[in-house]
Amino acid sequence: MQFLVRRLGFYVVAAWAAVTVNFFIPRAMPGNAVDSMMAKFPNIQPQAEKALEAEFGVGHQGSLLHQYWVYLGNIAHLNLGTSVSLYPDKVTSVLASTVPWTLALVGTATVISFTLGTLLGVIAAWRRGGWLDRALPAFTLLQATPYFFLALLAILFFSVDWHIFPVSGGYTLGLQPGWNLSFIGSAVWHSLLPALTIIATSMAGWMLQMRNVTITTIGEDYVLAAQAKGLSSRRVIFTYAARNAILPNIAGFALAIGFVVAGALVMEIVFSYPGVGFTLLNAVNANDYPLTQGIFLVISFAVLFACMIADVVYVFADPRARTRQAY
Amino acid sequence: MSVAAPLQADARTQQSAAPVWRRLRKSMPLKAKIGAVIFGIFILIAIIGPAVAPYDPSATTTQTQAIAPNIHHLLGTTSTGQDVLSQLLVGMRSTVVLGLMTGVIATTISVLVGVTAGFLGGSADEGLSLFTNVFLVLPALPLLIVVLGYIRTGSLLPVAIVLSALGWPWGARVIRAQTLTLRNRDYVLAARETGERTWRLIIFEILPNEVSLIAANFVSTVLYALLTSVALAFIGLASFSGWTLGTMLYWANSQEAIQLGAWWWYVPPGLSVALLGMSLVLLNFGLDEIGNPRLRDGGRRKIKGARWRASDPTPVIREAL
Amino acid sequence: MSTSEQAAAGVAPTAGAAALPLPVLEIRDFSISFATETGDVKAVRHVDLSLAPGEIVGLAGESGSGKSTLALGACRLLRPPAIITGGSVIYRGRRVGPEGVEILDLTAHELRALRWREISIVFQSAMNALNPVLRVEAQLGDVIDAHLNVSREEKHERLNSLLDMVGIPRARLRSYPHELSGGMRQRIMIAMALATDPEVVIMDEPTTALDVVVQREILAEIAELQKELKFAVLFITHDLSLLLEIADRIAMLYGGRMVETGTGEQIHHRTAHPYTRGLLNSFPSVRGPRRKLAGIPGSPPDPRDMPPGCPFQPRCRFVKSECATVDMQLLPAEVEDPQHLTACPYVKVGEVEPAGAATPATIREVL
Repeated sequence: MQFLVRRLGFYVVAAWAAVTVNFFIPRAMPGNAVDSMMAKFPNIQPQAEKALEAEFGVGHQGSLLHQYWVYLGNIAHLNLGTSVSLYPDKVTSVLASTVPWTLALVGTATVISFTLGTLLGVIAAWRRGGWLDRALPAFTLLQATPYFFLALLAILFFSVDWHIFPVSGGYTLGLQPGWNLSFIGSAVWHSLLPALTIIATSMAGWMLQMRNVTITTIGEDYVLAAQAKGLSSRRVIFTYAARNAILPNIAGFALAIGFVVAGALVMEIVFSYPGVGFTLLNAVNANDYPLTQGIFLVISFAVLFACMIADVVYVFADPRARTRQAY
Repeated sequence: MSVAAPLQADARTQQSAAPVWRRLRKSMPLKAKIGAVIFGIFILIAIIGPAVAPYDPSATTTQTQAIAPNIHHLLGTTSTGQDVLSQLLVGMRSTVVLGLMTGVIATTISVLVGVTAGFLGGSADEGLSLFTNVFLVLPALPLLIVVLGYIRTGSLLPVAIVLSALGWPWGARVIRAQTLTLRNRDYVLAARETGERTWRLIIFEILPNEVSLIAANFVSTVLYALLTSVALAFIGLASFSGWTLGTMLYWANSQEAIQLGAWWWYVPPGLSVALLGMSLVLLNFGLDEIGNPRLRDGGRRKIKGARWRASDPTPVIREAL
Repeated sequence: MSTSEQAAAGVAPTAGAAALPLPVLEIRDFSISFATETGDVKAVRHVDLSLAPGEIVGLAGESGSGKSTLALGACRLLRPPAIITGGSVIYRGRRVGPEGVEILDLTAHELRALRWREISIVFQSAMNALNPVLRVEAQLGDVIDAHLNVSREEKHERLNSLLDMVGIPRARLRSYPHELSGGMRQRIMIAMALATDPEVVIMDEPTTALDVVVQREILAEIAELQKELKFAVLFITHDLSLLLEIADRIAMLYGGRMVETGTGEQIHHRTAHPYTRGLLNSFPSVRGPRRKLAGIPGSPPDPRDMPPGCPFQPRCRFVKSECATVDMQLLPAEVEDPQHLTACPYVKVGEVEPAGAATPATIREVL
């Protein structure tokens, strides 16, 4: 319990840090944020221009601290401003339409690759010298390949050459987004190739990690004791070895999630998948500061939330953590 | 009454400085050697590349189509007539240099923060750990996209600095953890008792026993810098005016090389990144195995001809009398 | 019965005395090697050891002498690169019958059924030998599930009575290993070892990791439990003085070879082998006259670099040239008592050390 409370305190600090970094981004950029936006979108209405100046502290908007306070207030009210490149959509509505795509793609791909990777890692460690161990160099290569390169190759083979999967997009153009079967079917179909590519690259990483920790765990006395007890192989592998080996992986989830997010973002860009990453790139290229900030904030909070969930899972998984101070 | 048996040596050594260096060199496992060799080849290319390149990588011709590999252009040309091989040779240097720069900067920060936090303990540790964890949790790539999207510089160093700023935390955490355990080892406590000064303690007692960890940290950071910089260049946020493997991929993609079937344009750089990355991963594996001997001996497949696994009972192989 | 008739009937050969019961665990000519890249390292060489039902046999030796290797190897629990290179290990529990089973011939499946149910192990470090993420009841329970076919209520009853037996409050069933003290953890290990009512319990340095007071308590409890449940014990330790108190018979292991076996009385007062002598001279007794601690000069042997013949040569005060060709067979040390065996045919019981005997090394070895 104490452990979770301390972690909660940490997340509050981290959230504050993310919000503050977000605050400083447009102010730290060279030049005038508003001017650069105006340069790309000369048709912005004067009231909108005034609002942007207020938002980004251009001109005489009061002290920095005052602006910060206003900014915090805005965030608390979920007022993230209006997008410049997708004017007049509000940032929140843009987010509402893009986040679900990313969540669906990244969420399921991550769960699948974690589960599959961990399982294969355990098997590779238990059956050392088996075919999995021999395939290790291949997995190593897979882990080191830049995700988008694999994506490019995948597109080349599966979309261009063999016409199995669609080349890009989230769904077939022309279909109306909605909860109907044809749309959902098309959406799923379009997400298969990106998802498979994400799974292929990140699974290798999980597997290698899990394999190494499991090999060390198998050398522990309690695994030997479990074998001495005449327990079934299955129980020894899973309840004694894997249950303990997975703990550092859960603890290291915070590290892993950075890579997961990075991979997913680039993947979306390669596939022109209408998710958060794709939108972020477009926003950055268009100097759309409100949208950029909004997306960055959402990603930061999502990462923090995922780490929190990992912490809770860890406390459940490791009884020693319930009395401990930190990891 | 009996006296306890001598303390058993740990997987991680308990000796001080000198023997560690010797051990490292002698016990480099096969994976590390392969990784080192491949990495060495890439370093070589990075060093001599620009001197050996047959053409100026940016020089365009009047052609409008990419040409397949032939005698004049061993790796073909881009759609504007630039020689792919020259781009590869020149770009390799920038990519490798960026990776190494980031590795050095980030690892230095990691070691400084990690060892300080682990060694000092108490509130210094709390503060530094909080600092580290916050940086750790900030999503790196989005922040990089944002920062590099708005800052355009011409040189590699600023990019290396930005990459390091987001790449040091995880190494710091790992080093801090190891320093914490080493701090309470007998030989460190003994040295403390004899009044050894703190900085000498750190340099001569603690650091030598973390060498394989720091090396693994460095290798991982270079890998991170490599993959991240290539990814960023690929999506058009290079902010570097020269050629890198990532910019090659960017141009290949934006000129629709895939659809045109110009595989020679994007496969060499992509494959180079993958092989370079793989050499780093192998090096890391090797370093892991040095620090943790249980991982060694890549799964003995057979003992005297019989297949073997951890779950099997001890085999009975009777010796001929 | 003549010796040959005894051998035919499967009874331990004794000269003239009444026939002894069949040993419940009989290890004969047992050898274990480790197959390394630089060649095979012989860790255990041609060891004979037997346990009678209900007997406490102590296995003593220095660290690295091969005691744990021997015991784990007999159960085939050693991991690669260990291989068993020869001999036989026959188990003859009540449930198995007097013909016994040859453990070295069993399949993995058969071994699993035999392990713990018939032969269980109490490991040295309970903190390391207990699964940190399972509650005590899960760890005690899974071995009952694996070997006994009992209902849930019966299993629960059994768990409770196991804890009662080792003197731990029943509420502790819901605890995790890290919530228990060292002594408690060791008691749980003992309870776990007795959970399926085995015939043989191997105890590998069960009290070494504990402080002296707790050590005594646990040893007393083990002795009591043994009297009540009548299981045989193979007690592995480097502490000979402990064995002198609790063991019926003691076996001395050096450099992977058995060098002396006998009852506590024989080993203590009519010591035969030079190694045992050296060991007994190495620790003082709390009562008794003051004497000079001699110790054994030199250091434990390196299994990769053994001298031909007797492994104790480099440190033996009685060493002579014949020692390099001795075949290390266990022979009776005293004519009147065939139970007392020694591997040294040259040193008699009570023989005085030669004056001015060379002391090989400067390092004192005190076990």
